[in-house]
Amino acid sequence: MSTSLATEPLLELRGVNKSFGPVHVLHDVDFRVHAGQVTSLIGDNGAGKSTLVKSIAGIHPIDSGEIRYEGEDVVIRGPRDAAELGIEFVYQDLSLCENLDVVQNMFLGRERLRRGLLDKSSMEQAARDTLATLGVRTVKSVRQPIRSLSGGQRQTVAIARAVLWNSRIVVLDEPTAALGVAQTEQVLALVRRLADQGLGVVLVSHNMNDVMSVSDRVSAMYLGRMAADIEVTASTTKEQLVGLITSGQRAGSPTTDTHGDDT
Amino acid sequence: MHEETAVADFGLDTTPRSLADVARDAIARFRGGDLGPVPALLAIVTLVAVFGLANPSTFLSVGNFANLLEQASAVIVIAMAVSFSLLLGEIDLAAGFTAGVAAAVMATRLQDGWDLPSAVLLSAVVAVALGMFTGFMVAKVGIPSFVVTLANFLIFQGILLLLVKEGGTVGIDSELIRDMVGANLSPTQSWIFVVVALVLFAAFELRAQRASHGAVPMSLVGMKVAGTTAVAVVATLLLNENRALARANIEIKGMPVVVPLVLLLLVSITFVLDNTRAGRHLYAVGGNAEAARRAGIRVDRIKLSAFTACGLLAGVGGYFLASQINSVSATTGANDTLLLAVGAAVIGGTSLFGGKGRMINAALGGLVLALIDNGLPLVGKRSVFWLVEVDFSSSGVKAIAAGLALLVAASVDALSRKSAN
Ligand SMILES: Nc1ncnc2c1ncn2[C@@H]1O[C@H](COP(=O)(O)OP(=O)(O)OP(=O)(O)O)[C@@H](O)[C@H]1O
Ligand SMILES: [Mg+2]
Repeated sequence: MSTSLATEPLLELRGVNKSFGPVHVLHDVDFRVHAGQVTSLIGDNGAGKSTLVKSIAGIHPIDSGEIRYEGEDVVIRGPRDAAELGIEFVYQDLSLCENLDVVQNMFLGRERLRRGLLDKSSMEQAARDTLATLGVRTVKSVRQPIRSLSGGQRQTVAIARAVLWNSRIVVLDEPTAALGVAQTEQVLALVRRLADQGLGVVLVSHNMNDVMSVSDRVSAMYLGRMAADIEVTASTTKEQLVGLITSGQRAGSPTTDTHGDDT
Repeated sequence: MHEETAVADFGLDTTPRSLADVARDAIARFRGGDLGPVPALLAIVTLVAVFGLANPSTFLSVGNFANLLEQASAVIVIAMAVSFSLLLGEIDLAAGFTAGVAAAVMATRLQDGWDLPSAVLLSAVVAVALGMFTGFMVAKVGIPSFVVTLANFLIFQGILLLLVKEGGTVGIDSELIRDMVGANLSPTQSWIFVVVALVLFAAFELRAQRASHGAVPMSLVGMKVAGTTAVAVVATLLLNENRALARANIEIKGMPVVVPLVLLLLVSITFVLDNTRAGRHLYAVGGNAEAARRAGIRVDRIKLSAFTACGLLAGVGGYFLASQINSVSATTGANDTLLLAVGAAVIGGTSLFGGKGRMINAALGGLVLALIDNGLPLVGKRSVFWLVEVDFSSSGVKAIAAGLALLVAASVDALSRKSAN
């Protein structure tokens, strides 16, 4: 309880509203991301998770409300604004070029130059260093094309790319949705490690097992509103989280168990 | 999973590998469907063997060898132009006519008394403008390139007709243009060129080897350099023989000028594509345009630039076309050239689906098509399986052979893409 309240959140959204034409999707949403913590964002289909994430990304700028970054008011109008603040995104449908190799993907759009030409060896070294500090063991060569990697390895590369830029916050939209058991574990371990290294991590997920295993906090959305923002403790149960998703209430007992694990 | 000090080893990047390891990787890649230029190389060897057996005296003569290289040059350059569109995952069906229009602009300007640099400059500007027009229609308006370039096919053909007048021919009276395709280096110049090129090639390979920390074994570099040297030396020895007809009282020998010209284009474009941001982004857009967009790449700009480069390079191909017959007519760049250029890139191993391919593919594919074009007539009339008499020198057979080669290459491309997913 006391730990997260003592430190100021790295990113804080207050009273955020967002409409698409007549459709009011986000209603006075409050949301906090703390450095060194994994904050999971849960909620039923259509609850507004992706919309919230995209408004942080600048893809859907907010209509009203405020965004504070390190205690200061900021305006995020486009993806570049978010990148400049040090917020990186790993989208659900991977944003990798299969024909390019690991290094080329990690530096895509931000290639290092030396005398006007691509500085391949420095990029290769940096890519290797980043993967090594993340403790990634599954990628044997950074010169492999993405085409030859497994789903988990690809997700690893996508995440490593996000942290290559001295980013402070990494937002992952369902990073394990398409992965098998072993690969899910690897990716979750990596997600945990990012937070342990001091980054603020936001994890959007439908899988309550994943959420329970890596999260410090859980923010639950219900019909476009923030229904709860709780700390994950030893006494937190899966049933509580499912209750938040299905009814927006902190129910003591599970009402139904058909929703939580739909991935 | 929770090893605290887990550190990546990147075994494949840092441990030296043997030739056997590399061979195993290559076989694995083949199995995965990534054939690269191998089918084209096999086709070249096969065609040379078949035509050589069918008509050794003519096909394997030095004169025919030089002839073949000159025939292939224009198609190769235009195929390199088309490769820019293919790398995007788009296509340019009108590149042949872009070449024709550029050649016609140059020829008519020369005819009007312009000096060569001005005529070439104007034609290059026109080629760039045509490429930009295509790029604008594809990238900004959003029409599929297939449709845009089909329309351009008609429009550019119309422009060409207007320039050369119906049925007309514009002769070119410029020594420099005439010499592009047709002139030869002296035997000494040929050797100097070959030696310099080989030294540069070896230097580049060695540098790449050093940068690979042993992942590329030294023995592989040795084999590559030795093989290339052998081919280059044999070719130069042959080309330095006198290939004039026995009764002629002049000597024709030395390497055709087109060889260094095409090689220079090939190497410099490859270098740009491999070592600049724009080149990298071209491959990225072709591989996954949405991923490129999210990475902050201006996809429409890359498309526009790629089609512009395609136009310019096709224009350069037009000079080769004009040089082959020292004139420009309504059929310059039409028919054969047009389709062969698109085919050459694909036959060489450049993917129709974008993001995969190199300039060398265009050169190899161009050689395959030139071999078919050059070799079939020498086979003459034969009975096939003792059943039907086929005249292999007819243009019907030629067209069918080139079309089949393209279909085979496109099938390899499509199937390898399937097996990769
Ligand atoms: N661009 C848009 N235009 C109009 N409505 C939209 C748009 N994007 C999202 N919405 C609506 O906003 C609501 C919230 O969608 P959102 O994608 O944020 O949900 P989600 O919580 O991410 O759901 P899921 O778990 O299915 O990914 C939905 O009702 C959706 O129809
Ligand atoms: Mg969503």
